[in-house]
Amino acid sequence: MEFPENLKYTPTHEWLKVEGDKGSCGITDFAQSELSDVVFVEFKPVGTKVEKGKSVGTIEAVKAVSDIFAPVSGEIIEVNTKVTTSPDLINKSPYNDGWLVKIKIANSNEVATLLSKTDYEKLAHH
Amino acid sequence: MLKKTAFFNKHVEAGGKIVPFAGFEMPIQYKGITQEVNRVRTTVGVFDVAHMGRVEVSGEKALDFINEISTNDASKLELFQAQYSAMCYPDGGIVDDILVYKLEGKWWIVINAANKDKDIKWMLEHKPADVKFVDLSDEITQLAIQGPKTEAVLQPLSNIDLSKIGYYRSAHGTIAGIPTFIARTGYTGEDGFELYFPANFGIKMWDELMKAGKKFEIEPIGLGARDLLRLEMKYTLYGNDISQYTNPLEAGLGWITKLDKPKFVGKEVLLEKKSKGLATKLIAFTMAGIAIPRQHYKIRTPNGEEIGEVTSGNFSPSIKKGIGLGYIKLAYTNPGTKIEVDCRGKFEPAEVVTPPFYKNASHK
Repeated sequence: MEFPENLKYTPTHEWLKVEGDKGSCGITDFAQSELSDVVFVEFKPVGTKVEKGKSVGTIEAVKAVSDIFAPVSGEIIEVNTKVTTSPDLINKSPYNDGWLVKIKIANSNEVATLLSKTDYEKLAHH
Repeated sequence: MLKKTAFFNKHVEAGGKIVPFAGFEMPIQYKGITQEVNRVRTTVGVFDVAHMGRVEVSGEKALDFINEISTNDASKLELFQAQYSAMCYPDGGIVDDILVYKLEGKWWIVINAANKDKDIKWMLEHKPADVKFVDLSDEITQLAIQGPKTEAVLQPLSNIDLSKIGYYRSAHGTIAGIPTFIARTGYTGEDGFELYFPANFGIKMWDELMKAGKKFEIEPIGLGARDLLRLEMKYTLYGNDISQYTNPLEAGLGWITKLDKPKFVGKEVLLEKKSKGLATKLIAFTMAGIAIPRQHYKIRTPNGEEIGEVTSGNFSPSIKKGIGLGYIKLAYTNPGTKIEVDCRGKFEPAEVVTPPFYKNASHK
């Protein structure tokens, strides 16, 4: 199971990739494996203001339904429409093609509170 | 301490994701639940069902004993025939759903893994002293091999003509030289067999099946796909769709509840319930849009009247829709009735349908 070094992680199994004042996020390899085959994804609309830890959407998979929690507060500026039509991208490529939403980060201090690869790895393997 | 079946090392080797289930370390999936469902529907898959309980009952009064504790009529069984049945409490609630085989001078009863201890206690409490009862669960192991290509995989490995074994019939034979009780049973809707054989041959049997099934891309199938395969057929699952709080009549298991039998535990209450008329019934429904029903989601009418609850629900890989089972008030149980399912606060439209969900299963 892979957890890229350049990403930040949440205890609820999301990842965040920071690019300037924006961040793209998705769910981790561990999360997709726990959920099993994803059947569909729903997002809050672009423009929605979200708080860290609040839902930005829902993933329905064969094994369970799960909220996608915002790793940081901000505004949803883009959602990955490719995963709406091909939800299996989340299983096949959780860190690349299977990304979920892009957030304009409201408070960059929040990024520092996220988990590093090493910390997350411990959590996922616990 | 969790137990391991005879096939545990094979699950790990095949990349199975292991979870605790009914006191065992069992594979929930290998390559993916959807793929595993499709594999069984199109060719063939192997299920570790060794965690289920297997008991042997014998003696002159064995038949009377079985008929006393079960709802179906075991006296109707021919030699080597199998029968789906249930055990009830005196109040009509279900102890477990079971499979009864009639063998030479003895009977085998197969019980759910999660209910094994409770069932055995229940049986022993009702057993007359002169009925012999043996728990074979550790000594005899069990695999299910299911899918339209099952016979093609097994026949070259066997010393008997498998085409002669009808549905819910069985025979003694060998598979890969291993003495095996071979039964044309299963819980997927597909043609297939369940194999009962000495547990010490577990690894050999597994390897031989995988080798023989290679040309049909045989795969091991985990608990996740097993649950979906049974749900697509509207086969009930104990703990979800049936329990001590539900009775066989409401569960649509009237066909295995022989109220004309002289007696069985639960009969009087069930007769009374039947004559009064049932209040609820287990129905099958499909979602109209993109939504997946889950256990305990509420069911209501389009007018907002709450009429029941989902007992099993998932996304069906075979019909590509959200499907579910649930108990609802009798007035709304006719196929075609429009209902709504409360999917986390969103009322998603659904419709009561005639089961099974999946109509093209290879067992006819």
